[in-house]
Amino acid sequence: MSGKIIEVQGLSHSFGDFKAVDDISFSVEEGEIFSFLGPNGAGKSTTINVLTTQLDCQKGSARVCGFDVRARPHDVRKSIGIVFQDEVLDRDLTVRETLEFHGRIYSMPRDQRIAREKELIELVELGDKWDERTKHLSGGMKRRLEIARGLMTRPRVLFLDEPTIGLDPQTRLRIWDYIKGINEEGTTIFLTTHYMDEADKLSDRVEIIDHGRIIAKGTAESLKNTLGEDMMYLETGDDERAALAAKKVPEVSEVKRLSSGLELILSADGAKVMPKVLRSVEGEGIGILSVKMKKPSLDDVFVHYTGREIRDAPVDGNSLKMRRH
Amino acid sequence: MGREFLTVYWREMIRFVRFKGQLFAALVQPALWLLLFGIAMSSNFTNDAVVFPTIPGVINVDYLTFMAAGVMAMTALFTCLFGGMGLLFDKNWGIMKEMLASPMPSYHIQLGVGLGGVTKSLIQVGLIMGFGLLLGVEFFPGFSGTETAVAVLGIFAFVVIFSAGFIFLSAGLAMRVESMESVQAMMTLLTMPLMFSSNALYSTASFPAWLQAISSVNPLTYFVNGIRYFALGGDFTALGTHYEYASGDILASFAYLLVFAGLTFVFAWRSFKRAKVT
Repeated sequence: MSGKIIEVQGLSHSFGDFKAVDDISFSVEEGEIFSFLGPNGAGKSTTINVLTTQLDCQKGSARVCGFDVRARPHDVRKSIGIVFQDEVLDRDLTVRETLEFHGRIYSMPRDQRIAREKELIELVELGDKWDERTKHLSGGMKRRLEIARGLMTRPRVLFLDEPTIGLDPQTRLRIWDYIKGINEEGTTIFLTTHYMDEADKLSDRVEIIDHGRIIAKGTAESLKNTLGEDMMYLETGDDERAALAAKKVPEVSEVKRLSSGLELILSADGAKVMPKVLRSVEGEGIGILSVKMKKPSLDDVFVHYTGREIRDAPVDGNSLKMRRH
Repeated sequence: MGREFLTVYWREMIRFVRFKGQLFAALVQPALWLLLFGIAMSSNFTNDAVVFPTIPGVINVDYLTFMAAGVMAMTALFTCLFGGMGLLFDKNWGIMKEMLASPMPSYHIQLGVGLGGVTKSLIQVGLIMGFGLLLGVEFFPGFSGTETAVAVLGIFAFVVIFSAGFIFLSAGLAMRVESMESVQAMMTLLTMPLMFSSNALYSTASFPAWLQAISSVNPLTYFVNGIRYFALGGDFTALGTHYEYASGDILASFAYLLVFAGLTFVFAWRSFKRAKVT
């Protein structure tokens, strides 16, 4: 089965005067991992909250699993799973009770529920923590439990809001593995993240959102390719004249002055273009102090489109709530 | 209607028995009231200097027996007023989001928590009653076995309706306010006037008019009336006051509590309806 599992048209959402989401449209294909990448406060969580029917759909339209979020919120809720950004666990229930509670409030038949509990607890490797209260789990285990819970009802799409926020690098890698595994079994994943590497490693498609608007979309690869094949950094004795000299090389598609040095976007293999650039600059009698080359990352893509680094972006209140461990 | 509220109830009860310290305190505190306050006051009233008039042919009830009904009522009041507090925890640090994001209608949370509060009250009131009887509380004077059973059922019916009223009130408040401190302050502010303007610990007969007016709208007063009627009968004296309850009075008390519970139910219903995950 394939087709569009999420379709959003002209969605806007405001809190008072503040436009959190501003006329966005996008769609998610069934079976893919789709990422919303953007800084805190960009509108990611608001979008998730509208799609999961936690917030009213104020303007525009959204369909999830074929159901209109405004007309059939109940059907939407039944067909999705959610892993919230902050920890949502009863610290005094055990791992098993946590899953049981979820299955029961989602009206799962008893036999099916028990079978799913066993299956999922193995999937996220918490089998030995079955009767442990959730407060005794580590941050990564809690996350895994929350992911297992989100999958209890076999949702067609799983919403993951910043799934690895506040986790250590090793734990993040493990969580990514689970997410990929779940996706391979057929669950569509809608992911929000402000981590470039997460969007890059996990997703089939990425849309970059900033100030409530989608500013770029594509696969991680294609987004990086908009910045050319390679990026080159150059420090010279005279950056102004060096910039002019570099521009003469046809494979240099863009030259940008940095606070110190130049950033060049190359449209062809950097290994071949770099000598040409260096020759051109030196040909003008300008001394070269340092030179560096790298593949563009999603960070560069973000900087390219917004003019600032993702970590410089303003922080909203929600993200200040750290996950407890 | 779905049965998901039973799941919410199941969790409430897990939490009730899981916190051993809290459970212990919940059961021991009312017993201490009876034991310390009850016996201390009783010994004051049985002192030779204080002689309350009695009426020949009418049962005279000692203070311990009189206030036992009040302690039972106050216990249910405390349990339920603070019973909604758990929801505030769930909102800030717990699974409120999970519940509100689920397909389960939000009034199931209200029903589950309400059922939990009522159950806890019943358990506590039952235990205090038992403990009181051991201490020498003279409930059910001259009652036959059947009469005693009916009396206990009557008391429990009052416990259920009174507890429902206050658990809905506290649940509704908990859903509307943000901070723990503000609910706690509100509850504490509510408890004192409820307790002291009622007939739980003393007679209201000699209250000044304004205090009597407050007492006559206080649900606790009606609850205590119900318990005393079933536990002691419709005609007795205590602390020099003659109590006469006709069954019509008791029905009216029950109806008053029913209306109160109805109002707080609607209040809680609205609070849950507008509750949003943020």
